Amino acid sequence: MYDLVTGPLAWLAFSVFFIGLGVRVVRYIRGLDWKLDRVTYTVNVSYGIQGALRSVFFWLFPFGTRSWRSNPFLTVLVFTFHIGILITPVFLLAHNVMLMERWGFRFWSMSERASDFLTVLVLISAVFLALRRIALPEVRIITTAYDYLLLLIAVMPFITGLAAHYQWGGYDAWLIWHILSGEVMLVAIPFTKLSHFVGFFLSRAQLGMDFGIKRGGMKNRGMAW
Amino acid sequence: MPEGTLCNKKPVNTKEELLTLLADKSGKKYYEEMNALDVDAPALKALLDKTCKSRIRTWLEICAHCGMCADSCFFYLANHRDPTQVPSYKIQSTLGEIVRKKGNVDNAFMQMTMDTAWGKCTCCNRCGMYCPFGIDMGVMFGYLRGVCFSQGFAPWEMKIGSGMHRVYRAQMDVTSEDWVDTCQWMAEENEEDWPGLEIPVDKADADIIYTVNAREPKHYPEDLAHAAILFHLAGENWTVPSEGWEETSLAMFAGDWEGCRLQVQAVYDAMERLKPKRMVVTECGHAYRATVIEGPYWAGLKSGKTPVPSFHYVEWVAEALRTGKLKIDPAKKIKEPVTYQDSCNYIRNAGLKDCAREIMSYIAEDFREMLPNKEHNFCCGGGGGMNGLGRYREQRNIGLKVKRDQILATGAKLVITPCHNCWDAIRDLEEVYQVGIRWSFLKPLLLKMVMVPDHLKPEEE
Repeated sequence: MYDLVTGPLAWLAFSVFFIGLGVRVVRYIRGLDWKLDRVTYTVNVSYGIQGALRSVFFWLFPFGTRSWRSNPFLTVLVFTFHIGILITPVFLLAHNVMLMERWGFRFWSMSERASDFLTVLVLISAVFLALRRIALPEVRIITTAYDYLLLLIAVMPFITGLAAHYQWGGYDAWLIWHILSGEVMLVAIPFTKLSHFVGFFLSRAQLGMDFGIKRGGMKNRGMAW
Repeated sequence: MPEGTLCNKKPVNTKEELLTLLADKSGKKYYEEMNALDVDAPALKALLDKTCKSRIRTWLEICAHCGMCADSCFFYLANHRDPTQVPSYKIQSTLGEIVRKKGNVDNAFMQMTMDTAWGKCTCCNRCGMYCPFGIDMGVMFGYLRGVCFSQGFAPWEMKIGSGMHRVYRAQMDVTSEDWVDTCQWMAEENEEDWPGLEIPVDKADADIIYTVNAREPKHYPEDLAHAAILFHLAGENWTVPSEGWEETSLAMFAGDWEGCRLQVQAVYDAMERLKPKRMVVTECGHAYRATVIEGPYWAGLKSGKTPVPSFHYVEWVAEALRTGKLKIDPAKKIKEPVTYQDSCNYIRNAGLKDCAREIMSYIAEDFREMLPNKEHNFCCGGGGGMNGLGRYREQRNIGLKVKRDQILATGAKLVITPCHNCWDAIRDLEEVYQVGIRWSFLKPLLLKMVMVPDHLKPEEE
């Protein structure tokens, strides 16, 4: 089983992840239409690039935009959650040891205490993100079961990883579940809302170009996000 | 496939059709007929396949349902944080459903969609600034209006408005003759007070071609006179076109994209015909948005720009004050607290916030900013055609509360509103809530403050 999930299934998951996201990006860009979107993407390019960069940049920082500043609680949750999800798996000691064994290279890795800490933060913020969906009427009305499912897909590798690490009732089974749930997440990203992995950048860049090229970017110093 | 005689999928293209529609008071019969209007699902699907591309589909798909757009919407705030007013909910439950069901929706659904697209959104685009993914629900509602219009599910006034543009190339029944007559009348009416005052029609190669909102010749001709006097005082070499003088676009509010194209093409033709150096448009927000910002795309201009550089009236005023073409008498500056209504269409969606502040620095001693302001300002409450829709009057009046409270918080009793829709909304706001405020375009205020050079003063008798 271990050989299966770390061999062919891992190859499959990573292939689907990278190819799927690649296809997403290409299809998004090919589906842009200057006339329908009413943005001259290929004319006034410098204004477009400037607008796109501004639009992505300010949103990448907690409290970098008026919207983040108006929602401090959510901002902290969102950034904690995302930083944990992105950083932990890449710089985890155990992952890098494996990487070294299999591929002969590794990234810098954080201490196990740090990765435990980030993992717990991811789980705590996920709980609050879920509670928020239940507690706030304006979020509840747009929440569907699908939203909870995605949250679950995103946190399962962390729950199982923690369980495996601390060997809660045996290591081997948890490890298999951990690898499987990681693969499920990788495969889910291109096919679900989790595609905001690239969609965030594409959509933000597009709106930034819209404002940069057409809606005022040529007549002011750029949108005050 | 049942189609009403008034409510159907065919846009209005003749004067007779317009008159029949207008004769149906408040659209009573029109809305009755709408109850029997069939949805042409295959046509709807075909339209979506052709026009709903990756930008909108991605927006609909990746919306994280986080609710950060909620507080950005003045309708949500004005309706006691009613969750059904959350922008994401409004668009997902309408356009989102239509896309998911590939156009397979029924009459009741389309009517609900229409009531959402026109009665719960002014396309102010504020939500787009508050979404982490940059999902601009205002843009989507604009698109959704087009989808509704193509199926005949548009408010009565919108169908009339689009028809006006198709028949008259103006949002009201003002013909070219009416317009030119009004220009002459206003010039004659004021030439005694302002010797040498002219409203030159169809003068080729002028520095400025001036274009207006049809309401001005129809209901407020003095606005045209004010514009003429200010150009006269500034020594501008200007003209108005006999055709292609109307900048507004109820067709844009209606979602009648072909009507939009026809309308802006008339203005661009005037630019090509008269070859002015630049165009200046009156104090109207959506007119500028339609003709200067969106229009080039409807007309298929690949540069994304109008044939000659185009400016909103506030840009011209800021420039005239900066360069000294117009000089303000310091003794006549506005002394009382005064605030400025940032119009969504030329501030948030066209970037002219600094012009407004520059003007205020010349004319006001106690300028008070609303909070929030500039591109983050709230819609006046009457944008996107909302002011003119009888069916949604009550919702409109509820929505005005946000602007009312914003204005009251400044302590100013005078609101400068260089936008026809804002001007109307704030007038109605005073009528509904009676809070004791006044509102004004820039032109009449400037006329009271501007210094008149000696050689332009009327001769003393």
